[in-house]
Amino acid sequence: MPYKTLKDLSLKEYFGPGHRLCQGCGAGIIARLVTKVAGDNTIIVNATGCVEVATTFYPDTAWGLPYIHVAFENSAAVASGVRAAYNAMVRKGIVDKNPNVIVLAGDGGTADIGLQSLSGALERGDHILYICYDNEAYMNTGIQRSSATPYGAWTTTSPPGKLSPGQKTGKKDLVGIAVAHGVKYAATATVAYLLDAANKIEKALNTPGATFMHFLSPCTPGWRIDTANSIKVSRLAVQTALWPLYEVVDGQYITTVKVPKRLPVIEYLKLQGRFRHLINKPEEVAKIQAYADKLAEKFGYGPIST
Amino acid sequence: MKTILLSGNTALSYAVKQLDVDVVSAYPITPQTTMVEKLSEYVANGELNAEFIPVESEHSALSSVLGASAAGARVFTSTSSQGLLLMHEIMFITAALRLPVVMGVADRAISAPINIWNDHSDIMAQRDSGWICFFAESAQESYDRTIQAYRIAEDDNVHLPVNLNFDGFILTHTYEPVTTLDDDVVLKYAPKKRRRLVLDPSMPMTFGGLGSPEYYFEAKYQAIKALENSLKTIIEADKEYERISGRGYGLYKAYMTEDAETILVSLGSVGGSIREVVRRMRREGLKVGALSLKLFRPFPAKELVEALSKTNSVVVLDKASSPGAIGGPLFLEIQASLKSFGANVPVIDIIAGLGGREIGPDDIRIMFNKGLKVAAEKKVEKILDYVGVYL
Repeated sequence: MPYKTLKDLSLKEYFGPGHRLCQGCGAGIIARLVTKVAGDNTIIVNATGCVEVATTFYPDTAWGLPYIHVAFENSAAVASGVRAAYNAMVRKGIVDKNPNVIVLAGDGGTADIGLQSLSGALERGDHILYICYDNEAYMNTGIQRSSATPYGAWTTTSPPGKLSPGQKTGKKDLVGIAVAHGVKYAATATVAYLLDAANKIEKALNTPGATFMHFLSPCTPGWRIDTANSIKVSRLAVQTALWPLYEVVDGQYITTVKVPKRLPVIEYLKLQGRFRHLINKPEEVAKIQAYADKLAEKFGYGPIST
Repeated sequence: MKTILLSGNTALSYAVKQLDVDVVSAYPITPQTTMVEKLSEYVANGELNAEFIPVESEHSALSSVLGASAAGARVFTSTSSQGLLLMHEIMFITAALRLPVVMGVADRAISAPINIWNDHSDIMAQRDSGWICFFAESAQESYDRTIQAYRIAEDDNVHLPVNLNFDGFILTHTYEPVTTLDDDVVLKYAPKKRRRLVLDPSMPMTFGGLGSPEYYFEAKYQAIKALENSLKTIIEADKEYERISGRGYGLYKAYMTEDAETILVSLGSVGGSIREVVRRMRREGLKVGALSLKLFRPFPAKELVEALSKTNSVVVLDKASSPGAIGGPLFLEIQASLKSFGANVPVIDIIAGLGGREIGPDDIRIMFNKGLKVAAEKKVEKILDYVGVYL
């Protein structure tokens, strides 16, 4: 049943309190939401990264669900194994219920080092939901660029300089990659639109085979934003069309949150220290605006109105 | 009980089928391929009620059986050479998470140059990963040890992964009559039971969390101790297996060592050739003996010292090198064991057979002659030598 308001979400908590994620961290909000939608009968597989470090500091754990972390690049493969184990054990009558198997991995663990094992799981169609919480750099190791870092962003390994605007490349299209594997359901989401995200998580879990969700996840220290602003920045990413919200059902792209009047990208950029060096370079801002315009056209977002 | 014509590879597959494994995950690599081909055939025919995950790499093969084992399934994977090296990272984690994964290793050389033939470089590079590590000499032994491996790995006092080594091509592809046990006998010997600490929604637990300096050492220490202590379970499992099958292997196979002037120590399939040379040299009145080691981890140091301390020299045959070290990996273990337990026997190391270079009777004779020389002169002139390399 679709969620109509946030009040429809389970009151049960499966994630925290007691985790060590930063104030305003998107990943914590995502973990809490995902577990609420998925419920008791769920196993979480987590790649190395902020969430793992901040939620499993022995002897504490923030997880009220069975949870496993193995390494950085293999969470999809571990999840395939968990799924296969339950498939076999249910068939053999060793256990009676087949749980949800959900991967939580960052952009590094998904778009870079984990892309191969993700591709394997998607191609085989193993029944898992893979969720990438994309904070657009290697935040846990100290803000190094990944292939999900947006054009122009400062990171410690894409520093702006006389010869460089910051990150020189754009974001890898992870949903496009998932769709190319023939997955039946893939979607984008972000923490400012929780209802949209909750319904997508539920749809993904109820779709047979491998499903993929790409969450934009604000990182307050990495994006150089005020901790109070992470939801606001997340919303601006959608309203500027830099992060359109859509789902792909059987290869069909459907926009789920419509933006009839778009905001210019500068509204998004100016709140974030990682883009500070670009604010007074109109030619660089224009490049980012052109990227947003392209996405707006693809997903049917409206014209800019200031 | 019936006798079937099986190769090393298919002997393992046959045992895995009888053990009612729940999840098999593997990536093809020569010379392991016929093992996984057979297993996928068993699954496709319904002879083995398991999930077969055709993964995209060895890294994912081990990762997925790790996940399946953490969920409580009985699992199997296998690999060789470069594939084993790709698994390296996850091997340590499997052992430290105390998961009873069983893996067949068709031992093969490591690139470069690329080479598909046998030596022990691949497994020796994994020696500190915390796994129990067996070596077999025949398809029969590969079959028998596979069944033992599950009983040992899943024992409540062990909970560790096991790798079963059998030489690429020499054992993997050679067919021999293998006497098998009946399915019910196999499952009675290595019964399936639901482990207590698994990924189970009815009892949520966190696996693989972060261990700070306050806790990491204790977690590691427990895994290290478990491997040390597994020796007792390994010996018991072998004795019980001997009781039900008539076949036991022990920690090593000693041949004519009692009065030997020199003993040649080896791992794997070359043991049979060495025993044949011992037979020939004994006919010539030369007092030589052979010891084929069956278990490399945990290293049965004390037991080996007992077997080697009475001879006048020991020659170690390493089918792997440790470049820059004073000898190969097996030599280092044996030398350290003898010295640590106060046995003053001179030891020399021979590295031979790299990349599938054949170790023939003449090569073995050269090794024994070196050992006899050391025994007679009571001194070691050259600690490490190479046999069969032409420059």
